[in-house]
Amino acid sequence: MSATATMQAGMGTATRRGETAVHCKGVTKHYGEGTSKVWALRGIDLEIGAGELTMLVGPSGCGKTTLISVVAGILDRDDGECTVFGRDFTRMSASEKTRFRGENVGFVFQQFNLLPTLTAAENVAVPLMILGKGRSAAVKQGAEMLEKVGLKDKLKSLPSQLSGGQQQRVAIARALVHEPKLIVCDEPTSALDHDTGHVIMRMLKNVALNESRSLVIVTHDARIFEFADKIAKMDDGRIKEVSNGVAEVARRNGGGGGGGAGH
Amino acid sequence: MMSVALKMLVGDKLKYIGLVAGIAFAAMLVVQQAGILVGLAQQTGSFIRDTSQADLWVMESQVRFSQDVLPISDGTLLRTRGIEGVDWAVPMYQGFLKARLEDGTRATMILIGLDDATLMGGPPEMVSGRLADLRTDKAVLIDHDARDTKLKLKRSPRPEGEPAGLRVGDSFAINDVEVRVAGEYRASKSFFWEPVVYTTYSRALQIAPRERKLMTYLMVKVKDGHDKREVAERIRAATGLEARTSDEFIRITADYILTETGILVNFALAVGLGFLVGTLVSGQMLYNFTLDNLRYYGTLKAMGASNLRLVGMVLVQAVVVACIGYGIGLGAGSLLGKVVGDAGLAFSMPWQVPVGGFVAITLCCVIAGLISVIRVLQLEPAVVFRS
Ligand SMILES: Nc1ncnc2c1ncn2[C@@H]1O[C@H](COP(=O)(O)OP(=O)(O)OP(=O)(O)O)[C@@H](O)[C@H]1O
Ligand SMILES: [Mg+2]
Repeated sequence: MSATATMQAGMGTATRRGETAVHCKGVTKHYGEGTSKVWALRGIDLEIGAGELTMLVGPSGCGKTTLISVVAGILDRDDGECTVFGRDFTRMSASEKTRFRGENVGFVFQQFNLLPTLTAAENVAVPLMILGKGRSAAVKQGAEMLEKVGLKDKLKSLPSQLSGGQQQRVAIARALVHEPKLIVCDEPTSALDHDTGHVIMRMLKNVALNESRSLVIVTHDARIFEFADKIAKMDDGRIKEVSNGVAEVARRNGGGGGGGAGH
Repeated sequence: MMSVALKMLVGDKLKYIGLVAGIAFAAMLVVQQAGILVGLAQQTGSFIRDTSQADLWVMESQVRFSQDVLPISDGTLLRTRGIEGVDWAVPMYQGFLKARLEDGTRATMILIGLDDATLMGGPPEMVSGRLADLRTDKAVLIDHDARDTKLKLKRSPRPEGEPAGLRVGDSFAINDVEVRVAGEYRASKSFFWEPVVYTTYSRALQIAPRERKLMTYLMVKVKDGHDKREVAERIRAATGLEARTSDEFIRITADYILTETGILVNFALAVGLGFLVGTLVSGQMLYNFTLDNLRYYGTLKAMGASNLRLVGMVLVQAVVVACIGYGIGLGAGSLLGKVVGDAGLAFSMPWQVPVGGFVAITLCCVIAGLISVIRVLQLEPAVVFRS
């Protein structure tokens, strides 16, 4: 079975703008047991629409990473409801979950997590190979994707030969190459300087976002709030407030927040 | 994904070279030591293998190896000749005797006495002279390869510049009986140190110290169409002695020498240690290699790679380093073995040695890979978001 056929037939997740991409209600998650028990999520209610760029913000340790891990299907929640494009991870077998992730989720990491011994094009090709595409076809498609993120001349470079911003662009290409419906990013700009961070965000917004795809970005970086459609503020395992991104930037600029948004 | 696994492996040059070198070293040790052991084991049977005309060797039942001299009575000869299925039977004398060379140099030799009529059981190849020269007066045949080493005179009477070893025409004394070198033979390298000197059976009896029984072996040829084992059984029943095929005789000799001398234990230990150290080191390196890549396995897992895929990747890496490392080790071990062998030491490599070594090394790498894979399987894909 070809990769694309699998993607369409496999999970049936065709979406349109305005549809619900992620729906969470009362999601809880804890780590450890006994005295070392920590509640990372204490009842998360969150709706993310298709075609939206949602940012998760909040103090360190408030549960942002835990939440996107649950949403991306790499961590099991304790309780509550959570569906991603109508599908519930707790109702899937381990292998179904793995396949769902391979077909529908793209990841961007703070530390890029590129395989150091693979070239840029090969790194981008990995999700396609995971879905069963042959190596040369996958690398070719990876190269095309790299062109879209402006790295046409770096196809054969190893990650160590690229700057941080270039590596993150490779990582974004990798997150997009198999056309997933959901892209989760944990602090994608925090390892980068301000200008590079903006380039990365513009790229995510322009290249990654389309009407059927949702982006969830965890960030501390107030400088990139302007890119958000929706900002969910978290504190101590709960969502405190969901605001509109533009409103947030205006509030920060006008209301004396001094958060250093804008450029 | 297997190409990704291979790139992960060879991409980190330093670790890759270390891994391959560790395995190569283990393989070299194993192959080389095993080769020496096999070589030694084979050398214990050289005499029997060289004496190939006979089908059966009749001997005292307590004989444990080919140089274990336990005489049997002469009457056995006629009795054996009369047994059904025996084509011919000839006697052989064997004894450890003291020799004194012309200048007084002492040496212990193995004297073999061959049947006067047939000279059956002689050395495999003559270098100078003929086997029939044994029929000349006082004649003996000496080992060409020993003439300038084990049979070297300490104070040669010959003028400076001439060989100090025994040569055709030279006389010396065995058990104070004078003999003369009538020819030189060449035989396979033997485990037993003492040089072997051939003469006729009757002359051997003249040389050997008087004993009631002097015949050591009866060499028996089995008639065509008769089963060797059945004839051996008949000889056993008729004489009360042991009758062994050459292969059986070779085997008990090797078994006895290898176990009684401690050679087997020593070499098994050396092989085992080489194997253990090498595979522990490379197993450990392989294990660490997987752990070092755990972050990337986690990334692949998050991106949808199944556990089966990841196990496959780790195993491919293990098998590939095992093959490459083993190949290099085998080459180095063989080369070393050839040097050792050319220097006259025991070394032999029948196909079982490389094949056995390969299976063992690969198995070890796969096991190390499987142990490290457990960590990959236990890996929570959520680790990818931790820095
Ligand atoms: N694997 C774990 N084991 C135990 N506790 C954990 C684990 N992961 C997270 N925690 C705890 O759960 C809480 C939420 O962690 P999480 O990583 O989701 O926070 P975060 O909002 O992403 O923080 P940061 O901004 O620092 O990345 C924290 O108190 C953290 O200490
Ligand atoms: Mg975090």
